[in-house]
Amino acid sequence: MNAPLPRQWDSLRQNRGRRLERAASLGLAGKNGKEIPVDRIIDLLEAVIQPGDRVCLEGNNQKQADFLSEALADCDPARINHLSMVQSVLALPSHVDLFERGLASRLDFSFSGPQGARLAKLVQEQRIEIGSIHTYLELFGRYFLDLTPNVALIAAQAADAEGNLYLGPNTEDTPAIVEATAFKGGIVIAQVNERLEKLPRVDVPADWVDFTVLAPKPNYIEPLFTRDPAQITEVQVLMAMMAIKGIYAEYGVTRLNHGIGFDTAAIELLLPTYAAELGLKGNICTHWALNPHPTLIPAIESGFVESVHCFGSEVGMDAYISARSDVFFTGADGSMRSNRAFSQTAGLYACDMFIGSTLQMDLAGNSSTATLGRITGFGGAPNMGSDPHGRRHASPAWLKAGREAYGPNAIRGRKLVVQMVETFREHMAPVFVEELDAWQLQKVMGADLPPIMIYGDDVSHIVTEEGIANLLLCRTPEEREQAIRGVAGFTPVGMARDKGAVENLRDRGIIRRPEDLGIDPRLATRDLLAARSVKDLVRWSGGLYAPPSRFRNW
Amino acid sequence: METLNFQFASAPASAAADPALCGVVGSGNLEILLNAGDLPNQCVVEIKTSARGFAETWQAVIGAFAAAHPAGGTRIAINDMGATPAVVSLRLAQALAEYQGGAQ
Repeated sequence: MNAPLPRQWDSLRQNRGRRLERAASLGLAGKNGKEIPVDRIIDLLEAVIQPGDRVCLEGNNQKQADFLSEALADCDPARINHLSMVQSVLALPSHVDLFERGLASRLDFSFSGPQGARLAKLVQEQRIEIGSIHTYLELFGRYFLDLTPNVALIAAQAADAEGNLYLGPNTEDTPAIVEATAFKGGIVIAQVNERLEKLPRVDVPADWVDFTVLAPKPNYIEPLFTRDPAQITEVQVLMAMMAIKGIYAEYGVTRLNHGIGFDTAAIELLLPTYAAELGLKGNICTHWALNPHPTLIPAIESGFVESVHCFGSEVGMDAYISARSDVFFTGADGSMRSNRAFSQTAGLYACDMFIGSTLQMDLAGNSSTATLGRITGFGGAPNMGSDPHGRRHASPAWLKAGREAYGPNAIRGRKLVVQMVETFREHMAPVFVEELDAWQLQKVMGADLPPIMIYGDDVSHIVTEEGIANLLLCRTPEEREQAIRGVAGFTPVGMARDKGAVENLRDRGIIRRPEDLGIDPRLATRDLLAARSVKDLVRWSGGLYAPPSRFRNW
Repeated sequence: METLNFQFASAPASAAADPALCGVVGSGNLEILLNAGDLPNQCVVEIKTSARGFAETWQAVIGAFAAAHPAGGTRIAINDMGATPAVVSLRLAQALAEYQGGAQ
């Protein structure tokens, strides 16, 4: 028998050493410390990144490593190519430039937002290979298994001379990315907004960081979670009243996450008014996994909210958050520490309810935000909008939902996963459809699965202007279908309902109309909103909330 | 623009008061003027809408309103700028309530 070939067991470390030597030979870092002059960034990237590398480019809903992304896109495709990109969000034009310019060829990601149309075009032209579309937690999980980055390009608020990083309120994905990269032979490069002699606090220790570069301008942050109360409609107020009375109150939902949108913003703004009148203060909405929505300010100020852990921060909310450290997670320095991985974990396992919106829903309750010509991805919704089979701790809401779904002797509970939609979107596009666009998109993408955001069997309730459908109480696929048709309003799907079956479901409390809940739709007016403008939110915050200029009209 | 006319049987509305005006003509919204009509058991509706091709949906929305509410003896004029059925139903209910002086 042949003796086994000798194997080198530290090839990653040795490879890392060669990359650092290449940088040092160009006079970058090494003995000179970790600080890279801004005009040498392309030299650095071309020295430490190799063709075929897996590169993580930090960027999510809020914070973006935009300078490093643009620098990478400006590198020479003859030197850097066939990169496999792993990143939470494909949001910036430069993210797509990497593929159009031939630097990168493969992409694993979670969400593509505004670049969805360009991404779809690249896929059709076969200029990009999409590995998979993930939820955030899945993607972070894979960073520690089979998608560990060779190089991570991250964004921090500040660095000191040693290379310690302060991340500020927008900590977001950085800890997960850095941990996976730094401890598996990878290289971590941080763009920073400022250099400080002494950091307010250390979020990433210097020995996990290889290089820092002072970006020419502060990293971009998108105010994604700001909703102007002035745009909330009476129909949204009506749906919010139904959700509060028919779901929040009935299940006693204390721990929850809200999706982005005007529907959930309306609920937040009805807590100090409508929910308080129903005597629900202290009984619902006390603990949140939520970005710091400005529309939550009135509920916080009214004493509804005990605790909020955030995925990231929100533009203009930092001073308010610092002044409310009993509610938000803040450091000794006073500023918030967010963390997407931990908040998503809270959203998955510790929340009793997720409520969000969607663009399309089919008759099995599957929903999708993917429409033809746009590959948008999922973000965190499928994670929080799913019933985790690994959960073992009980709560009243979880037990009640479990008993409705599985009977009085249920050995498990059930997360409440609520989809809240008006039956028509703008331009009379029906939300309820026979077939999701996701199926056609699957063919275009050549994907293994249609991009379904929330699976129908995870959905517990649907709220529309017509009423609430409780899918937990449905016992057959036929009942589910009629329950969905029964709240689908005047969409073609809704008008094709079996009226007798729907009335039967209503008699059994599976479908409930506003009047069944004791709600008079005519009382659904904007007067019920605790704040009716951004200026009202500023007033509620005692002047601490500083909205971005595009939300100011005074 | 498209003009649509419908007439539905409906239980008589209670004590007619002054005409009621509800909503505004703005994108995604509509204006409803509710007057006393000539036929006590009929709800007569004229719609002027910027969105063409939704006659069937209007018929269903107004029909459901006339069946669910006592709207007989009324004449309803609607100026629509692409309101969704949810908004239309809500405004109709508001207009009828105002017309009846909250008698409903």
